Amino acid sequence: MKNKILPFSVIIIFGIIFFIFYKGLEDSKIYTPDVNTKKEIPVFNTKEFFSGENLKSSSIFELDKVYLLNIWSSWCVPCRQEHPLLMNLNSENKVNIIGMNYKDNLKNAENFLIELGNPYKKILIDLDGTLAIEWGAYGVPESFLIYNNEIIKKYVGPLNQELVDEINLLIK
Amino acid sequence: MKLLRFFLIVILLFSLNSLNAEENDKRNEITKNLRCLICQGQSVYDSDSEFANSLKIVVDKKLQEGLSEDQIYEYFKTKYGEWILYDPSLNKNTYILWLLPILIFLIGGAIIYKSFIVKK
Amino acid sequence: MIYSLVGYYSLILGLIIGLSLFYFSYKNFNNSNVLDTKILSFTFLQLFFVVISFLCLIFSFVISDFSNVTVFNNSHTTKPLFYKISGTWGNHEGSLLLWLLVLTLFIFIFLVRTKNQPVKYKILTLVFQQIIIVGFFLFLIKTSNPFNYIFPIPTEGLGLNPILQDPALAIHPPILYLGYVGSSIIFSSVLAATSLKIISTSWASHIKKWILISWIFLTLGILLGSIWAYYELGWGGFWFWDPVENVSLMPWLALTTLLHCILVLEKKSILTSWVIILSIAVFTLSMCGTFLVRSGILNSVHTFANDPERGLFILVFLFILIFLSILIFFFFHKDNDRKSYSFFWLSKETSILINNWFMMYFLSVVLIGTVYPIFLDVISSQKISVGPPFYHKLIIPFLIPFLLMMAIGPKLKWIKSQLEDKIYLIFFLIISILLAFLVLKNFNQNILINTILISSALYLFFITLRDFFVKKYKNISQNIAHFGFSLLILSILFNNIFASEIITNLKVGETFENSKTKIVFESVDQKKEKNYNAIIANFSISNLNGEEDRFSPELRIYNQPVIATSEADIKTTLMSDKFIVINLVQNQDFFNVRYQVKPFMLWIWLSVILISFAGIVSFLQKRS
Repeated sequence: MKNKILPFSVIIIFGIIFFIFYKGLEDSKIYTPDVNTKKEIPVFNTKEFFSGENLKSSSIFELDKVYLLNIWSSWCVPCRQEHPLLMNLNSENKVNIIGMNYKDNLKNAENFLIELGNPYKKILIDLDGTLAIEWGAYGVPESFLIYNNEIIKKYVGPLNQELVDEINLLIK
Repeated sequence: MKLLRFFLIVILLFSLNSLNAEENDKRNEITKNLRCLICQGQSVYDSDSEFANSLKIVVDKKLQEGLSEDQIYEYFKTKYGEWILYDPSLNKNTYILWLLPILIFLIGGAIIYKSFIVKK
Repeated sequence: MIYSLVGYYSLILGLIIGLSLFYFSYKNFNNSNVLDTKILSFTFLQLFFVVISFLCLIFSFVISDFSNVTVFNNSHTTKPLFYKISGTWGNHEGSLLLWLLVLTLFIFIFLVRTKNQPVKYKILTLVFQQIIIVGFFLFLIKTSNPFNYIFPIPTEGLGLNPILQDPALAIHPPILYLGYVGSSIIFSSVLAATSLKIISTSWASHIKKWILISWIFLTLGILLGSIWAYYELGWGGFWFWDPVENVSLMPWLALTTLLHCILVLEKKSILTSWVIILSIAVFTLSMCGTFLVRSGILNSVHTFANDPERGLFILVFLFILIFLSILIFFFFHKDNDRKSYSFFWLSKETSILINNWFMMYFLSVVLIGTVYPIFLDVISSQKISVGPPFYHKLIIPFLIPFLLMMAIGPKLKWIKSQLEDKIYLIFFLIISILLAFLVLKNFNQNILINTILISSALYLFFITLRDFFVKKYKNISQNIAHFGFSLLILSILFNNIFASEIITNLKVGETFENSKTKIVFESVDQKKEKNYNAIIANFSISNLNGEEDRFSPELRIYNQPVIATSEADIKTTLMSDKFIVINLVQNQDFFNVRYQVKPFMLWIWLSVILISFAGIVSFLQKRS
């Protein structure tokens, strides 16, 4: 009897390992951040892009309003692609778009806005990228949908029409 | 001969010793245990991506604010999830990870002791 | 064009020969007591076709035949010839062809060189090896054909990733695969021997040579990979506990265990079950590693192009082999160790068992650390990272008794032993502890664990060093290997503990100065090469003693494909390496400068070379 148990248990163990590897093959292995958990927005201080005034986080985000925080930079190519979408979104006036200028040369950033338009209500400056980390961001471009001082959803990478439709749905 | 050589090495080590003790040792130690999320597979310390560079600055800031090493790990964990830590803490997700090797070690010892070794 | 055609049909022919070999083996196995010459010539023919196919791929790379997809994806006309050739195995398809080459080469040599073993055993080994070979033929032809066409024919290729254009990496795959895939012969032969119930002392000494071959090449292969990481990845590290590295370490640990364990079998004809399990494990771990790396189930710094279909194929194939081995093991093998043998606690047998015990523990740490995130993800969708701190915490404390055992174990005799000359053993222990303490006296971090670690490594160092001069000692290869290992551990420890580093941002003309080091960023030059443009930064770095070194690290922008890399400038001396690397910072006019002094770097490489040299000595030794 004892001689039978051992082979069977070994086979079962390897069977389980096989199954787990098999399941593991199915999902993508590139780590994607958790985008749906609601989180409080961080508290921070920074400067405004045009005026250079000090800004407090509490003075930017009001309760009961929907905000889209967009991290962008003039050197970031995908930012160029998503910029027209932001312009559209702003013209529809349903959401307040706040920009966060990431590790940029301010002169270049200004030219970028002159060339492609400025969809942002306010622009925060993040010279060394630390503010983005406070937000839990990975890089540029990245967007956060904010309501009642909570991050409702985050979008890593450039927005596209589909995602914009989703945003429109969410803010209704 | 061999003694002579060894003393040479020892003397050399003393001189190296004094070379050490950089102030940002702590920062390096911490960033070695953080995983770069952009270039997955490298630590923040090893990486030179934009993300990693900013993260290093944040670690510096947090250290200046007087946060302890564990507090800094905790801070990044809440921002980015457990994935960012290279040193998984012992919790219900990682009991098997930490304890299974030890268990295997103990079982192996027991098997060797029971089956092969006689005491005389 | 023509090469791709020839190469492809050679593969098909090789596969057909593989299948026909099953038939001949079956006939030969039942009817004869001599090895059918047909089997030998067919095995040779199979090897021949694989070589032809492999050469065809090399030629396609050399002449930059971009009608071949593999060449198109991985080569470029401006690449130096050397890297055109090494590009052959620098990609998934080509490296699998190399696998096949090693598989067929080893079985052919095995058949030719194996004497004094039963014919049935040789035939059965061939059959098991052919199962693996046919599996890989199918894998190659079905999912990873290296000879696929592309139309219209591109005029230029996509080029080879510049970080792969490195001499160490160019020869790394062939050497590594000789070890990695070479272990297949151990696998096939142990299955054959188990089925025929001929596991014995003579089988052990016969297979020991093959174990040694795999072990030597695997050791050197891992070393080359490590050297490449150090010089090319530009982080100043040489081992990152990255999954891809772990995957090559696992078969090495199993192989090293087997190498020790086979000694017991060779001398005493015991521990048969354990030897069988280990022999199966070595190749299974190699295959498992291939699966983990090629399927994309793990993420790592070194990624191959991933394709789920490939992953699935290797996974199924891997588990067919595992279940086949389990069946053969439980069906044919009758364990009769336990009744007849037990060891005295102080004996060579016991010490080897203890070696096995620790090695298995290290193996389990690496294995569990590598695959656990996959398991956790599948079971609970939690994602975690397992990195260097995990391995260090679990491995380092166990290294201490392990090192001490390595010093004392080889002194013990078979069956029952007594420690002679206890005095010098204790004397050396005291010396080691004192020395370690002296070395670390001024150093306050982790002083306790480091002192103990260094003491035990020093102990092994002294004991093995002394043994070189003691005439009666006869097992020279073992002594060299253990000595090399003590040197390796010491170098790694010193390298870690006494490394110093400066990270700073500098503009051209600026100077960084602290109490010990002065870094002057003197100037920037530009350079245009055939396959890249470079920015060269010139530094002069001086230390307290007034020694001054000049460094010129580079930033390169390769054109095919367009990738920016940092080339570190490394000054190697006998006792330490100085390592400087620069990086551009987005939108800033300064460079990020990283300067490291890494003591004993060279000794890490040398000690590993010494360890594999011990393997070569053992391989060449005549059995008394």
